[in-house]
Amino acid sequence: MAQMNMIQALNSAMDIAMGRDPAVVLMGEDIGYFGGVFRVTDGLQRKYGEHRVIDSPIAEGGIVATAIGMAVNGLRPVAEIQFADYIYPGYDQIVSELARLRYRSAGAFCAPVTIRTPCGGGIRGGQTHSQSPEALFTHVAGLKVVMPSNPFDAKGLLIAAIEDDDPVVFFEPKRLYNGPFDGDPHKPAVPWSTHPKGEVPDGHYTVPLGRAEIVRAGSAVTIVTYGTMVYVAAAAAANLGVDAEIIDLRTLAPLDTDAICTSVKKTGRCVVAHEATRMSGFGAEILSVLQEECFYDLEAPIQRVTGWDTPYPHAFEWEYFPGQKRVELALRAVMEPA
Amino acid sequence: MNKRSRLHIPRAPARPGEKPDFRYVQLSPAGAVARPDVNARAREIEHLATDLVRVLDDDGRALGPWDPHLDAAELQVGLRHMLLTRIYDDRMQRTQRAGKITFYMRSLGEEAVSVAACMALKPGDMLFPSYRNQGLHITRGLSLVDMMCQLLSNTRDMCKGRQLPVMYHSRAANIFTISGNLATQLPQAVGWAMAAAIKGEDHLAAGWLGEGSTAEADFHYALLFASVYQAPAILNVVNNQWAISTFQGFAGGEQRSFAARGPGYGIPGVRVDGNDFLAVYAVTRWAAERARTGAGPTLIEHVTYRAAAHSTSDDPSRYRAKDDHLHWPLGDPVERLKRHLIRLGEWSEERHQALTAELEALVAASWKEAVTHGTLTEGPNLDPDLMFEDVFEEMPPHLIKQRAALRKERS
Repeated sequence: MAQMNMIQALNSAMDIAMGRDPAVVLMGEDIGYFGGVFRVTDGLQRKYGEHRVIDSPIAEGGIVATAIGMAVNGLRPVAEIQFADYIYPGYDQIVSELARLRYRSAGAFCAPVTIRTPCGGGIRGGQTHSQSPEALFTHVAGLKVVMPSNPFDAKGLLIAAIEDDDPVVFFEPKRLYNGPFDGDPHKPAVPWSTHPKGEVPDGHYTVPLGRAEIVRAGSAVTIVTYGTMVYVAAAAAANLGVDAEIIDLRTLAPLDTDAICTSVKKTGRCVVAHEATRMSGFGAEILSVLQEECFYDLEAPIQRVTGWDTPYPHAFEWEYFPGQKRVELALRAVMEPA
Repeated sequence: MNKRSRLHIPRAPARPGEKPDFRYVQLSPAGAVARPDVNARAREIEHLATDLVRVLDDDGRALGPWDPHLDAAELQVGLRHMLLTRIYDDRMQRTQRAGKITFYMRSLGEEAVSVAACMALKPGDMLFPSYRNQGLHITRGLSLVDMMCQLLSNTRDMCKGRQLPVMYHSRAANIFTISGNLATQLPQAVGWAMAAAIKGEDHLAAGWLGEGSTAEADFHYALLFASVYQAPAILNVVNNQWAISTFQGFAGGEQRSFAARGPGYGIPGVRVDGNDFLAVYAVTRWAAERARTGAGPTLIEHVTYRAAAHSTSDDPSRYRAKDDHLHWPLGDPVERLKRHLIRLGEWSEERHQALTAELEALVAASWKEAVTHGTLTEGPNLDPDLMFEDVFEEMPPHLIKQRAALRKERS
């Protein structure tokens, strides 16, 4: 075991995957010599060479498309899109091609591509360095969508994603790279070394895709969340003294329906929280599932906590970000006696 | 000999700890490149895409057919705008380091690319800048206070707090809103130019992007549409050699020049010394005349050097040789124009020092005024209600509801 932040854990995942399988190659902007703008691929080009850690042109569509071609020819590419906000030039290749190769060729072709991309706000990145576009990908048949919330999961999930034969879009909440963040920007930053999930095995392990984790057991209300909001939700529940059961989805697609339904059937109350915009956000899918599966177990309408339906504004970062207060208001609403 | 296929990996000429090496830059002597008629066909003037149009030589003389013969007053204005851009950049960089603004991007060494081009265009021409073209805004006369208020996201911010610093715009000055997404503005500039042609207007559109951004498909859409419809557009590739840590070889600059992308689409491509104020001015003038006389679009590659970091979030000492810009064979655009003016007897070190002091005072006074409208950390602050405006022309019910929810959250 070692202490790792999320950057080191992701780096270790790729290192392990590359060491075990010569088919694993990395490609992306600034990832090779420089080691990535967030240093996630630091040192890997030196270790594995320029043919396996490939600096690419600034062409997200080209990165995804050539990754597909490499994958079809037997490689297992891990493509980095420097910011999720810049993934859209690659969207057609992801949606129309990557996600459907297996289906349209009746299994004759598949492309085991992993697309890593930093997402989320909280770093004063403004509208082009803060987005959480996961729902644009969960809506696409044929894609697996992952968003870890801690170093241990990040490494295990990334190895699982790379080893998976289906395409995976792997979102990395960049505000969590260096430590858990509870939504309060005025508090000093907390490093991962203070958190049990900063303990990461050095070697190979996987965290299975499609499996949520109960990060806090509780009986009064279920909070279904993922990414940065795991810590915000926990802090909000603690502030109110609510015995919340907090579920970190970790994988959004496929969704661990059993985990959330079992919990909500137990607690009878639910708050769903994500950083992304509200309308047609992934929370809407969770609410639908719960409505279908748990309607008669609910004691109160399910509450959603989200970013607002605006672009992510530079100056109003903390008014936009769904912080503890917004979660608390939702918890209060859902805890009100019927 | 090994005959199997292999992957070619472009190499940066010098990495940290190595000596700067710019032998790869193909140069032409000042004054050596012919200036063709503006109506020449792309295929007749393909040499312009590999030669390097230069007017100023190392001694500050203006040579050859591209000399635009500007009068001294115009040259002094150009020098002033470039110097102001540099002083503004320097001050704003320090402001970011002091924690007053969140982010900044300097254009050090690239001032001529924006200033000279802008001076060669007409006020009605529409500009589609990238994020390193602040010289356009300064040359078009935007107030420094307004620009600083944008950087500060304060109560007078033209973007109402929505954009990262440096993402300016000016409807009045015909400068389009800057996007953080790369290359998107170039095909938009072509569309603007097509509209000018459809409406029968005399204006042209000019767009800028870095050589790294030419890798995006949008660059190729721009060239294709500009070529098909012979749009009155000037497409500028600012080849400053680096896209963050990525050397221009990774954008395809090793095999052919970026200007040479033009002839492939039937568009004249001109490679110009981007640190030569006179050359940039002359080539832009030539391209503008082509656009206005129905001869169609022009692709201009400005060969220059990003002397500073990509942004305040970047540290170039990790990936390129230290102080390499001091060895850049095309020199410093400010120094070169200054030397030319001195040679003409129209400038002096004393006047230069006086101008520097005047512009530093202007920037300092502007900053003093800008911060009275607030900073990110100190009031007065923008009203968060503004966040919900301008998503649509009229605020829809769900945003009215969300605005109310935020008010409740903040109460």
